[in-house]
Amino acid sequence: MSAAPKSAPADVLLSVQGLTKTFDVRGGLVRAVDDVSFDVRRGTIVGLVGESGSGKTTIGRTVLRLVEPSGGKIVYDGVDIAALPEGAMRAYRRRMQIVFQDPYSSLNPRMRIEDIIGEAIDTHGLARGSARRDRIADLLARVGLAPEHARRFPHEFSGGQRQRIGIARALAVEPEFIVADEPVSALDVSVQAQVLNLIQDLQQAFGLTLLFIAHDLSVVEYLCDEVVVLYLGRVMERGPSRQVYAAPRHPYTQALLSAAPVPDPRAPRNRVVLQGDIPSPINPPSGCVFRTRCPSAAAACAEVVPPLDGVGPSHAVACIRKDEPDVLARIHPAAGGPTRSSP
Amino acid sequence: MSAAADDAILRVENLQTWFELGSRVAKSVDDVSFTVGRGRTVAVVGESGSGKSVTSLSIMRLLAPPGRIVGGRILYRTATGEEIDLARLPESRMRGVRGREIAMIFQEPMTSLNPLYTVGDQVMEMIRLHEPVSAGEARARARRMLELVEIPAAERRLDDYPHQMSGGMRQRAMIALALACNPRVLIADEPTTALDVTIQAQVLDLLRRLQAELGMSIIFVTHNLGVVAEIAHEVVVMYAGRVVEAAAVNDLFDRQRHPYTKGLLACIPRPGMRRDEVDGQVRLTPIPGTVPSVTALPTGCSFAPRCPLAVAKCEEPPPLIPAAPGHLSRCWRHEDV
Ligand SMILES: Nc1ncnc2c1ncn2[C@@H]1O[C@H](COP(=O)(O)OP(=O)(O)O)[C@@H](O)[C@H]1O
Ligand SMILES: Nc1ncnc2c1ncn2[C@@H]1O[C@H](COP(=O)(O)OP(=O)(O)O)[C@@H](O)[C@H]1O
Ligand code: SF4
Ligand SMILES: [Mg+2]
Ligand SMILES: [Mg+2]
Repeated sequence: MSAAPKSAPADVLLSVQGLTKTFDVRGGLVRAVDDVSFDVRRGTIVGLVGESGSGKTTIGRTVLRLVEPSGGKIVYDGVDIAALPEGAMRAYRRRMQIVFQDPYSSLNPRMRIEDIIGEAIDTHGLARGSARRDRIADLLARVGLAPEHARRFPHEFSGGQRQRIGIARALAVEPEFIVADEPVSALDVSVQAQVLNLIQDLQQAFGLTLLFIAHDLSVVEYLCDEVVVLYLGRVMERGPSRQVYAAPRHPYTQALLSAAPVPDPRAPRNRVVLQGDIPSPINPPSGCVFRTRCPSAAAACAEVVPPLDGVGPSHAVACIRKDEPDVLARIHPAAGGPTRSSP
Repeated sequence: MSAAADDAILRVENLQTWFELGSRVAKSVDDVSFTVGRGRTVAVVGESGSGKSVTSLSIMRLLAPPGRIVGGRILYRTATGEEIDLARLPESRMRGVRGREIAMIFQEPMTSLNPLYTVGDQVMEMIRLHEPVSAGEARARARRMLELVEIPAAERRLDDYPHQMSGGMRQRAMIALALACNPRVLIADEPTTALDVTIQAQVLDLLRRLQAELGMSIIFVTHNLGVVAEIAHEVVVMYAGRVVEAAAVNDLFDRQRHPYTKGLLACIPRPGMRRDEVDGQVRLTPIPGTVPSVTALPTGCSFAPRCPLAVAKCEEPPPLIPAAPGHLSRCWRHEDV
């Protein structure tokens, strides 16, 4: 049972409460998202991090009702949209958009850029004729492309440019909330920085609220105000990025941060090495799902699902041993926070 | 590069590997030189399309037509001290080098592993291809290889097919297969790129340990400068088919002597760096534009169209020259970087 954020205060745009999503697959039931709760305040960027299969994409899509939740609440601007009929959902669809990871498969190759961007404008009847054309030109300019790009097809663009088009498409309906699912993961480093800057600028210019999904930890630290750390569909830790990165309290967060390679060969290395692989989501471990790889696991960890307990202002951790000396010692294994093991 | 010539096990000299595509020529690798010392790890780093894989495949002589080595030498020093040029070695002799002297691992384990055979059979076959040992002896050695790469329950895992293993485990099986004949050089082409960070950390630790135990040299290909900082002794930075900078790892990260390398590092957010650090106004410094196509490279410095330091002189191709002791740069303005 997680401590669901209490009734959402006014500055919270999205409050995810006890969200669960299961998939029927051959061999059983995948608990892709299991009792996940977090808030996203207006005008902020919340990062979802976790290794592949931890449920990031499923959460992002469920929040937008592109995937139906199996349980829990999705309170958007005060209304639980988790079970809203499609007709009533329509008004929300315009307010919430998504940017996909893969800039190659997410744009229809047979459509011109103006039609890719224009489609959403038409769906919501936002502009016609010359107003529509102007709007598309303005959107292209906003994302750093030229008006003449409107007549071209996706294959004429590089990965970074396609991601800009995907962002322009999302912005076309003037949303207030965007789920960005690994928008820079497929891009080369030099282009990644261009797109991150663009996201940062647009967020400020339009006062956007973002759920930013990534597996690159330093990108999330850089961009996100708050971070939610997931493992096997569950929240391990969540809180202000500054705190979570400077003083991670969950053994998984500690291990994850210490495993991330840092572009500095002189950085001290105190790696928390995790043994083994991520278990199958069909048969997740009992109790704490992380216990099979946790360096601090004890017998009790198999017994109870750890509650997400507050450890500081809006900082919460799901670990029954979070106050034990060995876990606390790993907060700052070397001066400056979690670092890497010796070579 | 810092490895002295007599300590070098592999010297790539002015390698050129081109793909002739009808009327166009993709100069995928065009004048690449670097030296790999005994027991050292050289990281080859660059963005996609910079020619890292083509360089690796050239050394292994695994290029598929129309790819062809059109120039340069790949000098490999054998265990007996003789230096042979792999670029010109007949295929029959190359078969004795490939797998036995120089082995390669890939991003995708199924590039090396055959889905139709058990992992044990594949490691045994590799051993028996190069060494006259009995089936029993080969199996015992295959088991020891799986133990070496820390696959639990190795004896039982020998009889697993690749698909029965997890992603991280398959990666280890591929490493076991590559190391089965105790090669002197291991070429690792983005071996951790598809892995999650905790599994990547395991594989990097494993490679470091294996290198310490077996003493092999490693060419580690990656696009991740964090991984470079972790694993490399020496670093070769590639851009558009050329080496643009090469140095010992600390020298390179302490001071870049090519604007591209400097630009790449400025693109990555560092731990502790936040966009709202200073009045909400911290920004990354991206490199403008995109990598040029290797079929239409600029005539001068390939980086010039994106370079903040470019001047008229940069319309002539700069040579790769020492900018400091042991530190090479292909930039006319390396002193101003
Ligand atoms: N449509 C689906 N059918 C079955 N299983 C799914 C489906 N979508 C996701 N899953 C499973 O749910 C889990 C979470 O997946 P996902 O949300 O894609 O994780 P992430 O984005 O963190 O990599 C994984 O185990 C995945 O295999
Ligand atoms: N089989 C091929 N045919 C034509 N061009 C190729 C072929 N293989 C590679 N190239 C080109 O060579 C360049 C370098 O490729 P590669 O070595 O794979 O880059 P990297 O590994 O650095 O991402 C790329 O521009 C690529 O398009
Ligand atoms: S040679 Fe000129 S263009 Fe090329 S990297 Fe140096 S300064 Fe820039
Ligand atoms: Mg995903
Ligand atoms: Mg490659």
